[in-house]
Order: sequence, then C-alpha cells, then structure tokens
Amino acid sequence: MAQITLVEAVNLALARAMADDPEVIVLGEDVGRDGGVFRATLGLLEKFGPARVLDTPLAENLIAGMSIGMAAEGLKPVCEIQFSGFSYATIDQIINHASRMRHRTRGRLTCPMVLRTPCGAGIHPPEHHSESPDAMFAHIPGIRVVYPSSPRRAYGLLLAAIRDPDPVVFLEPTRLYRLFKEEVIDDGVALPLDSCFTLREGTDVTLVTWGAMVYETLQVADELSAQGVSCEVIDVATLKIMDMDTILASVARTGRCVIITEAPRHCSVASEIAASLADEGLLTLLAPVARVTAPDIIVPLPRLEQNYLPGRAQIHAAIRKTLEFA
Amino acid sequence: MTKRNFPTVTTAATFQIEYLRYLDDRGRAVTPLPEFAADPAALLRFYEAMVLMRSYDAKAIALQRTGQLGTYASMLGKEAVDAGVGFAMQKDDVFLCTYRDNGIQMLRGVTMRELLLYWGGDERGSDFAGPRRDFPVCITIASQCLHAVGVAYAIKLRKQPRVAVCMIGDGATSKGDFYESINAAAAWKLPVVFFITNNQWAISVPRSTQSAAATLAQKSIAAGMPGVQVDGNDVVAVHQAVQDALARARCGDGPTLIEAVTYRLADHTTADDASRYRPPEEVAAAWKHEPILRLRNYLSEAGVWNKSREEALLRRCNTEVQAAAQAYLDTPPPPPEQMFDQLYAVAPAAYAAQRAALLENAQAHGSDHAG
Repeated sequence: MAQITLVEAVNLALARAMADDPEVIVLGEDVGRDGGVFRATLGLLEKFGPARVLDTPLAENLIAGMSIGMAAEGLKPVCEIQFSGFSYATIDQIINHASRMRHRTRGRLTCPMVLRTPCGAGIHPPEHHSESPDAMFAHIPGIRVVYPSSPRRAYGLLLAAIRDPDPVVFLEPTRLYRLFKEEVIDDGVALPLDSCFTLREGTDVTLVTWGAMVYETLQVADELSAQGVSCEVIDVATLKIMDMDTILASVARTGRCVIITEAPRHCSVASEIAASLADEGLLTLLAPVARVTAPDIIVPLPRLEQNYLPGRAQIHAAIRKTLEFA
Repeated sequence: MTKRNFPTVTTAATFQIEYLRYLDDRGRAVTPLPEFAADPAALLRFYEAMVLMRSYDAKAIALQRTGQLGTYASMLGKEAVDAGVGFAMQKDDVFLCTYRDNGIQMLRGVTMRELLLYWGGDERGSDFAGPRRDFPVCITIASQCLHAVGVAYAIKLRKQPRVAVCMIGDGATSKGDFYESINAAAAWKLPVVFFITNNQWAISVPRSTQSAAATLAQKSIAAGMPGVQVDGNDVVAVHQAVQDALARARCGDGPTLIEAVTYRLADHTTADDASRYRPPEEVAAAWKHEPILRLRNYLSEAGVWNKSREEALLRRCNTEVQAAAQAYLDTPPPPPEQMFDQLYAVAPAAYAAQRAALLENAQAHGSDHAG
C-alpha cells in the first residue's frame, strides 16, 4: 500500500475519475504538460491526451465559465484555479451561473462541475496565494464546498465531488500538500459529501476545524491527552452542505466547543457554526463557544505569515479558557 | 506622431471588415439576393415570423403596463436579427441568448407562454419543452460567451455536427468575458458563432462611448477569427452571414464574429425611459431603417404580399399572442417548495427545517412584506 501526500492523492483521484468516466475533463492553467504548478495533474496529459487535459488560455473567468458550458452539455469538468486569490475572478460565474443553472431551468440543465483551488496560508508564497475564501464560497446557495485535510479524505472527497451532480468548490490546503503522507488505497471509493469526520473521540471538549488547521488541532489534542484532557476532534470537511448534527451531538456530550480556522473571523464558517450552536445547542453548553481564527486583517506577505496564522498556542489557550469556565 | 527611422519598416498585419447588405431601407435589392432568397416567396416565412415577434413584443409591453408582467426588455427593431438567426440554426444546435432575443427563442421552439412566464417571474419559463439544450436567458452581460465556449468544446470533443450560437449586445463587447471567450474559441477553433446585436445603446451609453473601434466586428481580428458586419435591419444579410458562419463552424473551420448594425427603437426595458438620454429626432430617424417595413416593401414589390394577406397575418398573430398571454395568465404560481427542491439534485436533509418553516409561513401568512 502506497504512502502518499495530499497532492498525490488529488492526482490519484483525478486519474481514477478520468479512467472511470470518459466525460471527466481536466482544465486549467498549466495543468497539461507542466502537470499543474503544484503537480496535482501530473501525468494526466500523457494518460488521457490533450482533448481531456486542457491547458487553457490564462483567464480564470473563462475556466469557470466554460466549465459551466461543458457541464450543461453533459461533460464533467474538473477545473483548476492555480492559486486561491485567483479564484475570486471566478465568483461571478460560480454565484451567477454555476450555482443556479439547475434551479433557474427547473432541472433542465445542470452543472456537475468541480472547481479545485489551493487554499490557505503558510507556504511563504507571493501575494494573493494565501487566501481563505471558504466562507465566501460557502455563502453561495446551490453549490457544495469541500475542504479535505488528509490524503485519504482528499482522495475520497474529490471522487465524490466529481461524481456529484451539482457544482462543487474543492479547496485544497496548500500547507498540507506535502506535509505528511498517509496510506491511500486507490479503490475508487468515494467519501460522503454530507458528513463531518470525527477524527478523535473525546469527552472534555469538542474541537471543530477543517483544512490545514486540522493538523495543528490534532497535535494539540495529543498534547492535551498527555495532560489528561480528552478532546474530540471533528474535521468538518464539507463546509457546505454542512453536517451540523454531528457537531451538535458531540457538543451535547462534551458541553464545550472550540472552533479553529485560519480564515479571518468576521462572517467566517466558524461564525456560522457558533451561531448554529447557539440556536440549537445552547442548553447543552457548559461554556461559551470559542473561536480561534485569523484576525480580521489582510493575509500578510511571508515575513509576518506566522504571526497571522493561528497556532498551537492559541488553540491551547482557547481550550484552557473553555475548560476553566465555571 | 514622431517619425522614426527604423532600418526596415514592414507591415505585421492588415485587416479589413466586410459589410453585408442586400436590401436597402426601401426594400430594394442593392445586389442580387443569395440563393436562399432567390425566390421571393421563400422570404415569406421570415416576414411572418417578424410580424409575430412584433405582436408578441407589443403584448408583453401591454401586459407589463397593466401590472400583469414583470420588467420586460423589448425587441422592437430587432426582428430581422431574430428571424435571420433563428431560421439559420439547426434543431440540435445550442442557443445562448441575452434578454432581448425572445424572437430567436420563439423560432427555436420556446413557446410565447414560456417566455411570458419567465418575464412574469416564474423559473418554469426557462424549462423549455422544446429546445432542451438551449440556455436560459442570461441577464449578466457577456457571461454566456464563456458558457458558449464550453458548449462548443463539448461539441468538438464529441465530433458532433452542432454549433453553439451566442448572442450579445454592443455593450457586452466591452467586457472581459467577451474577450476571453473569442480568444479561447479561436485558439481551439471551436464550433461557435458570436453574434453582436449592435443597437447603438447600452441602456444610456451610446456606441461611441462604448468603444473607439470603427466596428465591433473587428474585435474578431485580435482573437484570430473572421468577423463581418451586416445591416441588422436586412434579414437577408443577417441570415446569409449566419448561414455562412454556421457552415464554417460545422465543417471544423472554427468560430465567427458577426456584428449586426441596428437600432433599439424601444426603451432599454419597461423600467427605463430612453427620452432621458437620447433625442427624439434620432429615434424618429431610426424608424426609417426599421426591418419589417423594408421586407414588406420588397415582398409587395415582388408581388408575393398584399394588404389582405397582411391583414390576415395580423389577425393570426393577434389570436396566437392572445392565446399565449391567456395561457400564461392562467398558469398558477409555482409551489414554494420548488425553491428548495430544485436547488440540488437531492434536497439536502440539512435544509429540511428551513423548507418546512418556509412552507408553514407561506400557508399561514402568505406575503406580508411591504412593496
């Protein structure tokens, strides 16, 4: 069994989906001969040919918009937006067209497309490469937003996204692309798009997170375990449509919840989870819901990146405060 | 400009844009008509369709003015474009349109009831029973050009003899969506026709403010595809240009950009008052070029049309339009749960509570907001 990185798992899922279904098309900037700037599409051109692995002209809006046209004709486009900040150029097409094609035609035309983009900070890149647009996409009705945090989940969730009959924005945690390896079985089995993943069971506090912050959150849970604190860790993974039931059930058991995200706080996915806990889980809470987030500032250039990203110390502090609340 | 002394001065590229016109303002042939129009009787179906479009247009405005239809974008003055394009397309082609292309949609098999349903604020109006693969009306400007590229790519990938036809207005040629689309379509040699209805006005912004280019058709040159300008009030010219472009696309020769020069005789929409920004003399002058009178003059002169046929046609159109309007008015509003049930392929369990709350509120209170 192969131990592979997250970006290799993305590549494996793409190859699998293309081999299984001739309607699956990969398109984007430099996805062909170059194999993608992160090498997520490596080898696909050689395997499936230039008609199914398209290097597009340099135009993100085109990539998203033409994917909608392809999808309406029954293809299954999986487009890559090279860097997270470039995904903003696609939002017009995603919000005005991809998300509502089914609805506005009463199901006559649909949009089974996947828009993949790297997401998040921490790899010391130039400006516009470290964005966290998860909440922006998650606010759009009619699409799904998926954000895996391990090679296995990247493989299974990407397969699910490609097979899903509706548009999916698939955010890939750049920082985790090559951070660790995991055994991934290329069995073509998809993971569900409507449930959280409980990565660790615990009784004292529920830690809710997604994307690259899952990594630090699990480290913190390990560290606290040695101190006798039992953390339940939930990877939300499907930010839209979100499985709030799993989070509510967990918090009902632990009575305490810390939500961890690297996106800015205001109107973040963390805010939505906190609000839902207030709506539906208030009486199960023993302490206020805490949010560990980036501040409401612009993601900085690399020299200050580590000051911007929430780290283990902040997670520890938030958990401690939550546990100490009477 | 400073004269520069380069050692050698050569020309990197030159271009010219042809202008196509067969019938002048008075309906006289300025050049022999093309094959499809050699028999004047062959143009009768164009004329009849154009008159039906104008009847429909007038009815839609009347419905809006009497509070029975939402905001509507009139096609007045654009009937030659619609008949010329609509009759050129094959059933299996894919049509991507703006909000002012109802005439072409009618020829594609979209019913007037469906069109009125759409303008009346009902998504079911875009669930065409006829052309199932045609795109719904695109309100955001030039977005559909990108969709057309994707459609045409799919067609080419599958080696099908179909073509995507994408309509835009003069204002849309200022948008990145348009440039990105024509650039990619030509680079991949896709089976797509981009058709600009240049009606001189993008709401209140005139063509002269929109672009310094002498023609909009020449934007094709930068993309690397042929472009042609046609008299958009001459149905023969429009039809011929579209036929040529479709033939090129169908045999693998790639995309074409057509600019039809016409005039928006009506307000931008029923929510607009064009007298705020354009002089009445300009509109009055434009009426002298309008497409229906021109074709009627030609047909009458050719002896295939007369007053009694005209009256019979108007009666027929009126009956058809009235019936469609009644069918639209008789259609009950869609059930509110459709807002949830058509959002995803499978209604998400996570939204069940929101759905139930909406239905409960709709049943208990209906609409109780102001406005």
